[in-house]
Amino acid sequence: MQLIPCPWCGPREETEFHYGGQAHVAYPQDPAALTDEAWARYVFFRDNPSGPFAERWSHSAGCRRWFNAVRDTRTYDLLAVYDAGEPMPDLGERDEVVS
Amino acid sequence: MSATFRLPTGGLIDRDTALRFTFNGRSMTGHPGDTLASALLANGVHAIGTSVKYGRPRGIVAAGSEDPTSLVQIEQPFPEPMLTATTVELYDGLVAHGLPGQGRLASEPDPARYDAKHVHCDVLVVGAGPAGLVAALTAARGGARVVVVDEQNQAGGALLGTREYLGERLSQDWAADIAAELRNTPGVLVLDRTTAFGVYQDGFVLALQRRTDHLGFDAPADAARQRVWRIRAKQTVLATGAHERPVVFADNDRPGIMLAGSARTFLHRYGVLPGTRAVVFTTDDSAYRAAIDLARAGMDVAMVVDARPAAPSVLAARCSARGIQVRAGHVVTGTEGGARITDAHVAPLPGTEGNPETVDCDTLLVSGGWNPVVHLFSQARGTLRYDSELGAFVPGEELPTVRVAGSATGALDLTSCLRQGRDAGHAAALAAGFAPVGEVELPVSGARTDERPGMVLWRVPGELREGAPDTRFVDLQRDATVSDVLRATGAGLRSLEHVKRYTTIGTAHDQGKTSGMITAGLVAEELGVELSEQRPTTFRPPYTPVSFAALAGRDRGELHDPARVTALHPWHVARGALFEDVGQWKRPWYFPRTGEDMDTAVLRECRAAREGVALMDGSTLGKIDLQGRDAGRFLDMLYTNKMSALKVGRIRYGVMCGVDGMVIDDGTVIRLAEDRFLVTTTTGNAAMVLDWMEEWLQTEWPHLDVYATSVTEHWATIPLVGPRSRDVLAELAPDLDVGNEAFGFMTWRDTVLDVGAGVPARVCRISFSGELAYEVNVTAWHGLAVWEALMAEGEKYGITPYGTETMHVLRAEKGYPIVGQETDATVTPQDLGMSWAVSKKKADFIGKRSHTRAENNRPDRKQLVGLLPVDPEIQLPEGAQVVGTDRLPDPPVPMLGHITSSYRSAALDRTFALAVVRSGHERVGETLYVPVGDDLVPVTVTESVLYDREGARRDG
Repeated sequence: MQLIPCPWCGPREETEFHYGGQAHVAYPQDPAALTDEAWARYVFFRDNPSGPFAERWSHSAGCRRWFNAVRDTRTYDLLAVYDAGEPMPDLGERDEVVS
Repeated sequence: MSATFRLPTGGLIDRDTALRFTFNGRSMTGHPGDTLASALLANGVHAIGTSVKYGRPRGIVAAGSEDPTSLVQIEQPFPEPMLTATTVELYDGLVAHGLPGQGRLASEPDPARYDAKHVHCDVLVVGAGPAGLVAALTAARGGARVVVVDEQNQAGGALLGTREYLGERLSQDWAADIAAELRNTPGVLVLDRTTAFGVYQDGFVLALQRRTDHLGFDAPADAARQRVWRIRAKQTVLATGAHERPVVFADNDRPGIMLAGSARTFLHRYGVLPGTRAVVFTTDDSAYRAAIDLARAGMDVAMVVDARPAAPSVLAARCSARGIQVRAGHVVTGTEGGARITDAHVAPLPGTEGNPETVDCDTLLVSGGWNPVVHLFSQARGTLRYDSELGAFVPGEELPTVRVAGSATGALDLTSCLRQGRDAGHAAALAAGFAPVGEVELPVSGARTDERPGMVLWRVPGELREGAPDTRFVDLQRDATVSDVLRATGAGLRSLEHVKRYTTIGTAHDQGKTSGMITAGLVAEELGVELSEQRPTTFRPPYTPVSFAALAGRDRGELHDPARVTALHPWHVARGALFEDVGQWKRPWYFPRTGEDMDTAVLRECRAAREGVALMDGSTLGKIDLQGRDAGRFLDMLYTNKMSALKVGRIRYGVMCGVDGMVIDDGTVIRLAEDRFLVTTTTGNAAMVLDWMEEWLQTEWPHLDVYATSVTEHWATIPLVGPRSRDVLAELAPDLDVGNEAFGFMTWRDTVLDVGAGVPARVCRISFSGELAYEVNVTAWHGLAVWEALMAEGEKYGITPYGTETMHVLRAEKGYPIVGQETDATVTPQDLGMSWAVSKKKADFIGKRSHTRAENNRPDRKQLVGLLPVDPEIQLPEGAQVVGTDRLPDPPVPMLGHITSSYRSAALDRTFALAVVRSGHERVGETLYVPVGDDLVPVTVTESVLYDREGARRDG
């Protein structure tokens, strides 16, 4: 079972966490101003990269805080964790990160 | 009957103790230290069961968990199917029989206990053979916390099946010495009878310990029979050994045909000869040692058949000295026999001189080389590499936290295994942060290394006779033959994964431990590709079978899932309520009186609520205390209607949608203060709604000053329902003006109830039944006293407790949907006919933008309606489909919708149903049909509100 480094609690087993999908998909400022298609993109469309992926996680059976993590979907390696609302950290020379 | 194949001396068994057991109805004896397999062989029993597809007799092929054939069913002490005789340790009173490939689960619950334990360590060593023991000792002497797990009942691994010397010590004794030193080292845990069956990420390894299986009837009832160890290791050393690989030839499945190394194990570990006269068929040197050891122990070894063009000279000379003929360049082409092999057909390979001959024998020992046990390494995401000299996949690049040592790497000699063990232990300790002190001195192995490399031979060449059934078995458990593999490649399959699924090879209890590599070889041969280009099939946990009981551990029965009960629960139990599970909650379903069935009780409870007074336990309703300056703004986004405009003292019903506009929950919102609300949720969604709030607050709107706290269990909530509810409450709440003017619908008041020394209460005028109702909320501590006071006060009005079934009927009569029953993830508030609860004025709320999507405005959406069966006695089954015609057309039948709720109504004096139906709102008055069994039941579509459409009853 994978260990996920909660920014508040440290490494904990993955069963304590809840997955929240792609990070940095902001709720639109003015949904009413969006076309049906643009709104549907927000509601239904997410990236599905093979490689580093910025995701939302919640330590739901622990401190109950949401945070963001960059995870390599090929290896499950967690490359970085950072607070919700913060921009994704620079991961240097890694493969292109999809967010 | 005496055990005629047991040697007078030797073996790691306790000869002073006899264990009686029964197999296939025959009584026999064995000794402590035996497996069921070794005890059977000691008694001359080779035929265990029959094969799954062809019913051919099958015996014992291997001595360990890799054995593909010796499946047995234990009958006593407790029925357990599908164990291999080679892994069942013998105990007194064991009753078992062989299986035809399938077993039978016990019909009674397993009385044994199972549990789990967590352990953390610096270095985990899997396997206590020579490499593993040295690795563990090296790491432990460096100060690392070490865990050693080993499948066998004692340390030694392959050394238990040989009789060689390490330095001055017999190798078995050397292993025992090291194991003893490890056990005496603080910080080291040695677990025997423990199989690491799964390797996962971040050093997580699951291992199954069989703690009392070997004690049989003497197993203490209060000790966990098996334990799952959940090990978290910084570094792991896999010293998992190697499995001998057979060679495929015609009729290679007869009882008496066994792997050569396993025969050697039966000899040295259990003091058992596998038969009286043996032929040995090999492609490498190791089987010569089995031949020589068995001959030395008194077995008549007729011949060693070596497929290689030249035999190893020293070993061949030792064979000749014992009268064992050696045929180089020869193979076994087939066998004769029934329940036991009687003859082996031997023939020269092309290019070798000689004549075919038939050799009588009751034992045929086979060796086709060795497959490293790479299962766990592969599970750890290690890549495998094909080694063409070994004819096997070996670990490729090392992983940062997982090392491999010993014959699991493909090493064939003891000296290399010991050295690799020391290197791996050293490197693992170092990587875990320890500097090992000095080097562990390795003993000198007396065992010779091989003279000649082995030859890779998947199957004996030769064509199948036209029309003859193929008996060249690749997977003995699945009855899959060479022809089956060729059929797969002939059908165009290239990938081993596909061939595996097509042929089922490798899918039995043994997961292809002896057949997988051969299959890969046959496929590569047939396709004319290099095995280095083939990817082996994925090795998945568990390495050996693990019972569900062991995985469940203590989490079974009432410990499987916590049961939540309310403060009033004891009262419900005392009154004989039947309970319904709602999420984890136990809710009273209905309160039957003597002689009442559910229908009768529910009709009585409904009548009381509509005509007199009734009460229920609503404590399970989710309750969230929402505080902060921006709580109103936040609720405006969460609910479809406007909550920020709600005045203190008032209550509003709210619907909650997802961003896709679909209903996810509903409930009431009570404004307690400018900056404080109490939100109620459906019983089953309380946790989800709290999570939903936290998600938005933390990830999207962290600037909002809002705090959400679950207070569900702080409160006992008692809806007091019915025309006489006002009278009952008035008596108990003397300070509260319960009149309609002072205390109107959808408002709340705080008061003190005249119960005991006075109980503070919050009373809400909320109705989920359409009747005049007061929801009485008190602290959970006072819940029972207040409930009893209400019961006493209401007695003169015939106050009636009711359960969830009556609640459902009452709300359905009013067309109130239940989220999750009337809705799934495809229903909007508009579909439910609840546009009135969706604000048109608010600029935005979650889901609003989706409500204007074209898809959500199609006129043919499924909408909530009422259905009245034309025959008022017919109660439709929930989930039944709704169709538009009075006879079913040929399939596919156009489905208009389905029944979501269906009840018998006291107030309507008939049955009724709620349903979601295409364009339902426009169909009011139409007749539709519901297929029930072979009938089509005609129903009339109505509005969803069936009772008191004007809402006249809510104010009493």
